[in-house]
Amino acid sequence: MIRRIALLLVLAGALAASCAAAARSSGTTLNLVAYSTPKPVMSVLIGAYQKTAAGKGVSFTQSYGPSGAQARAIAAGQPADIAFLSTGLDVDTLVDAGLVAANWGHLPYGGIAADSQVVFVVRPGNPKHIGTWSDLIKPGVQVVTPNPFSSGSAKWNILAAYGAMRKAGKTDKQAVGYLKQLFQHVVSQDSSGANAMTTFLSGKGDVVITYESEAIAARETGANIQFVVPNPTMLIQLPMVPLKSSPNYAKATQFIQWLHTTAAQEMLARGGYQPVEKAALQRYRSKFLPKGRMLFRITDKLFGGWRQANKTWFDPNTGRMVAIERSVGGPGG
Amino acid sequence: MADALGIAAVRPRRAAPRGERLGTSLTLGVVTTFLGIVVVLPIAALVWQSKGQGAHGFWSVVSSPEAVAALELTLGAAVVVALINGVLGTITAWVLVRDSFPGRSLVNAVIDLPFALPTIVAGLTLLALYGPSSPVGVDVAFTRAAVVLALLFVTLPFVVRTVQPVLHELDVEMEEAARSLGAREPTVFRRIVLPNLLPGILSGVALALARAVGEIGAVVIISGNNPYRTEVASVFVMNRIESGDPAGAAAVAVVLLCIAFAILLAIGGLRFLLTRHERA
Repeated sequence: MIRRIALLLVLAGALAASCAAAARSSGTTLNLVAYSTPKPVMSVLIGAYQKTAAGKGVSFTQSYGPSGAQARAIAAGQPADIAFLSTGLDVDTLVDAGLVAANWGHLPYGGIAADSQVVFVVRPGNPKHIGTWSDLIKPGVQVVTPNPFSSGSAKWNILAAYGAMRKAGKTDKQAVGYLKQLFQHVVSQDSSGANAMTTFLSGKGDVVITYESEAIAARETGANIQFVVPNPTMLIQLPMVPLKSSPNYAKATQFIQWLHTTAAQEMLARGGYQPVEKAALQRYRSKFLPKGRMLFRITDKLFGGWRQANKTWFDPNTGRMVAIERSVGGPGG
Repeated sequence: MADALGIAAVRPRRAAPRGERLGTSLTLGVVTTFLGIVVVLPIAALVWQSKGQGAHGFWSVVSSPEAVAALELTLGAAVVVALINGVLGTITAWVLVRDSFPGRSLVNAVIDLPFALPTIVAGLTLLALYGPSSPVGVDVAFTRAAVVLALLFVTLPFVVRTVQPVLHELDVEMEEAARSLGAREPTVFRRIVLPNLLPGILSGVALALARAVGEIGAVVIISGNNPYRTEVASVFVMNRIESGDPAGAAAVAVVLLCIAFAILLAIGGLRFLLTRHERA
């Protein structure tokens, strides 16, 4: 019996070794670990890349999941050469784990692969006439947005709402007051942006706050929705970085460089993402950025970058959102 | 604990001969190692992690209003679910054992399906069926009723499956004897059937309760996770993890485990009292 088990182990080991050898011999494999939703556009991009000279013989494994969970998985040892995440905050998780250079913001294009913006997805025909941030707190309007303590998407939404108020000339106190009112209209705080969309598509709520790219993707898959872009709104920046621990660092960097070419950025634009490269953005400007649209960023001094914004707003013990949630649903709220 | 879960320990009635004793210590060793790796070590690690912020940090997380609200909702819903299961599960088991109707074995097979379905799929299905666009006109999604509904779905098999074998074994002659002595049906049920079933029912209720306390997949989609209103403890724990606070997550999980353990012990004790005549 024991001999048989030993034999099996030896065979299994030999098999694994030969598989690994086979993988090595057939060129580079890049492990892409990404947040949940860019799968369709990434498949197109990877297919196109493999047709280029640089991409010949490069194969990809792709993993998609909630951004925060993906970042933690990489930090815990999941093999990754490229990380494509939904907030800079999740990249900072990798910085803290020593896997990404602390100055990733100095990479070309600030380490950002593509942009999007915070939008309102509404029912067909927009029956509640939702177009601005203040429309969200009209009597009877039900809002769906994910839980800010589990979802990066929710964090963008909340900072967008606060920023929009401040840009409209409101004081800090008034802007926080607006958030309290807004959360009285929130009917579901799902665990992720994708689940919030599921909730909305199940028939709950009049509006779901989400990324423009998500709204476009949902529409592409046949969802009967439309979306409006409030003005001002927040620019969502989606980082893609090479892992410095990766044995394929050069190849990973090469892929990201290619992703910033006009051709690749136009593919991203067709997939619903706002290009970061100038020529591609110029071509698709009317689609994403009509004249008069005002966008603010996480680096705005209102927020001070992801680390500071996260500490101020989303610390689970002391964040401003803890107090806001408490004032809405908690004892004495 | 084992007793609470209805896995009654078989105690040796006489001193075992030497050979058997070796076998006993061997199996005991295997069981201890197995439980150690699968249950005790992970729970010990959890407790260890919950100490990450010190006693003060532990207490400030656990006593925060949001955590308290989540724990209250979870335990309340679990108790309601366990009680409903205790009644309806027993009736279901009764029907499956005592009544014969076409398709009985089919229904019997359906009972276990909730175990086979990934609970996140169960959550999605319940949302489609009892959500805003319900084809049957019932919309309970994003309320506390939805939490109970989702938990009922995933805990259905426990009481049915613990009561069924007892009902199979139950001697019908006992009931007939009672009837021939003039007892009416309610009396027969109360004096003969129920006392026999009660240990099984309690085991099932304990299992259902333990499962309901920890469930996340079926609840997370249909409850809406609104803090203080529909956010259950497992979702609160998940949010803490997502917010980079694993120690806080572990702290609440430890409290949840302790409360669940206390309830299981109490049920085990009750079961012990009820079955003491069997050991006498």
